[in-house]
Amino acid sequence: MRPDVILRVGTKLILPFILLFALYVQFHGDFGPGGGFQAGVIAAGTVILLTITFGLESAQRVAPRALVERMVPLGVLIYAGTGVVGLLLGKNFLDYSVLSHDAAHGRELGIFLVEVGVLITVAGTMTALFYAFVERGR
Amino acid sequence: MVLLTLLAVVAIAIVRQRSLVGVVILAGIYSFLMASIFLVLDAVDVALTEASVGAGISIVLLLATLHLTKTVENPPIQRNLIPLSLSLIVGAALIWGTLALPPFGTADAPIHQHVVPRYLTQTIKETNVPNAVTSVLADYRGFDTLGEATVIFTAGIGVMLLLRGRRRRPERAGEKKTGKRI
Repeated sequence: MRPDVILRVGTKLILPFILLFALYVQFHGDFGPGGGFQAGVIAAGTVILLTITFGLESAQRVAPRALVERMVPLGVLIYAGTGVVGLLLGKNFLDYSVLSHDAAHGRELGIFLVEVGVLITVAGTMTALFYAFVERGR
Repeated sequence: MVLLTLLAVVAIAIVRQRSLVGVVILAGIYSFLMASIFLVLDAVDVALTEASVGAGISIVLLLATLHLTKTVENPPIQRNLIPLSLSLIVGAALIWGTLALPPFGTADAPIHQHVVPRYLTQTIKETNVPNAVTSVLADYRGFDTLGEATVIFTAGIGVMLLLRGRRRRPERAGEKKTGKRI
């Protein structure tokens, strides 16, 4: 079943902007509202919209299930790994000041890495859950 | 005040609604109202989370769940007097508890005295991140956020296992159900 032309064109038009907004929320989270959690949900929203409009197959061509499911533990590992780096370099777990010569800059970098980890886990989990529901519902 | 009244109206509508699809959509409205309230309270980060998670993704996932189950709530078998009185007592106790709180937004409330001044004044110097919410979440309280990420990871894995596993029997049951409907 081919979806309505307005739905198809409208979805195609709006998708890049949703993804761009997700990235904005992610990387502007240091200065304004936002962060990995919200950005992950919005990024998962793009895949969900794609699934609703164009069907599961075309969505999984963009975001394959294997990739999405690997993202779930990968994000947590990035987060915990950033913490372990601090541990290995002689400071406390999750102390980011060792990541750079300047303590403040290191903590900024640590926050960035940790937020990327959260983004990957949240986006992966939400998309994988949606895939699981859709596949079960067939 | 208007928002809180609308919130109460939506909550009553959710209780009275029997169609679960209606309940889910009303829950989305509830989340958007909550997001507006957070926005009025200047908690933009929380508002963004509530709008994207509460009104966005959770509604989609709930609708997907309803796709797998029945969409009409069964009428109650008996009058639920004990749960009603229990929730009334707990609600009254919570309201009684708020009476002892300091007035909303006062600067000398205990919560604004302990570590908050340090977070607010030192965040740029210590982390280069002007948004104190982000620096508290990811740096000062990084352990909590690691726990949150782990919770999402665990919950996601759990739901995926539940939906994937034991595929044979539930699929047959699903076939039977659709057969009956047709």
